[in-house]
Amino acid sequence: MHELSIALSLVDAACEKAAALGDVRVDAVFVRIGPLSGVVKDALAFCFDGAARGTAIDGARLEIAEAPLVALCPRCMDERPLPSPQHLRCPVCDTPVGEVVGGRELELTALEVTDGAAHR
Amino acid sequence: MPRIVEVREGILKKNDQRARMLRARFDEAGLFVASLVSGPGAGKTTLLQQTLQDLKGKCRVGALVGDLATDRDARRLAQTGVPVQQITTGTVCHLDAEMIERALEAWDLPSLDVLFIENVGNLVCPSSYDLGEHVRIVLLSVTEGEDKPLKYPTIFNTADLAVITKIDLADVAGFDRDEARRNIHEVRPGLEILEVSARTGAGIDSWRSRLQDLSAAVPSRQAQG
Repeated sequence: MHELSIALSLVDAACEKAAALGDVRVDAVFVRIGPLSGVVKDALAFCFDGAARGTAIDGARLEIAEAPLVALCPRCMDERPLPSPQHLRCPVCDTPVGEVVGGRELELTALEVTDGAAHR
Repeated sequence: MPRIVEVREGILKKNDQRARMLRARFDEAGLFVASLVSGPGAGKTTLLQQTLQDLKGKCRVGALVGDLATDRDARRLAQTGVPVQQITTGTVCHLDAEMIERALEAWDLPSLDVLFIENVGNLVCPSSYDLGEHVRIVLLSVTEGEDKPLKYPTIFNTADLAVITKIDLADVAGFDRDEARRNIHEVRPGLEILEVSARTGAGIDSWRSRLQDLSAAVPSRQAQG
C-alpha cells in the first residue's frame, strides 16, 4: 500500500499551493484519480487526514473524483469509455485498444479556501 | 466565503520532475536504463544475476537493487563483479526517483552502458512512480498463475515488455501459456512477451537481443550511430 506516500505528496503539493495564495484556510482538497493511476480511492481517503495532521492544511476535507478510463479505438477511430482496466477492448467493436487517453490521472485539481486572517 | 482555486497538477509532480531530470542525465551519458518490476519471488534477482554475468564481457553494466530490508540481493548480484548498489527502503514498498538520484550520487554514469534497476517485489505500488528509466520490464513467473495480469492491470499496462520467468517449470506448475498471454494482452494490447528460464537458459538469447534493441533506442546512442 503506497497511498500513504501518495497522501504525503498530495499534502505537500496542497500546502505549497496554499502558501502561494497567502492568508487562506484550506477547507477542501480536490483530486482526480483514474483506474490506471495505481491508487485506490478508499486507501487514499484513509491516509489523507493523518498525512495532513500538523500541516497548513490540517482539517481540510478530501474530495476524490474518479476519472473515467478512455481509450482510442484504432478501428472506430473514436475515443471510447471502457468499463474496466481488465479488458482493454472497444466496447463497440471489441477491438483491443492500445492507446489509453484517460485513466492514468493522479492530480490535484483544486483547493477550496477561505480568505482572511480570521478565516471568516 | 469559501472560494475554489483551480490547480491542476500531478500529485507526483516532484517525482516526475526528478525522473525527467534523471532520464536526461542517462541520455546525456549514453546510458540505457531498464527497471524490473514483479511480485516477490518472480525471479528478478536470478534473471538479473544471469544477465549481468552474460553482459559484463560485452558492455559496461551496473545495477541498483531495491528491497525493504537486507542487502542480500545486492551481495548476490555483486558476485558477478559489476558495480551494484542496494537501496534499502525501510518500510516503503516501492522505489521513487529521489532514491535513485541518491543512490547514483557517487556513480560515474558515462562509464556505464547499461543500468538495471530492480524494484522492490510488489506489483502495485511501483506502478505510480517514474524512476527515469527508459523501459519498465514486468516479470511474471509461471508459479504465480495466469490471471495475475488481470489482478494487477496497472503495472502490466505501464510496462514496455513482459517476461514470463521460470518457464522450465510451466508444465509442473500447470501453467497455461496461452491463457497468460491472453490475459497480458487484455490489460495491455500488443505488449511484447518473452518467455525465459534463467536456470536452463531457455529464451535467454531472445531476452539478450531484445535488451540490445531497446538499448539502441536511447537517444544519445542513436546520435553516436
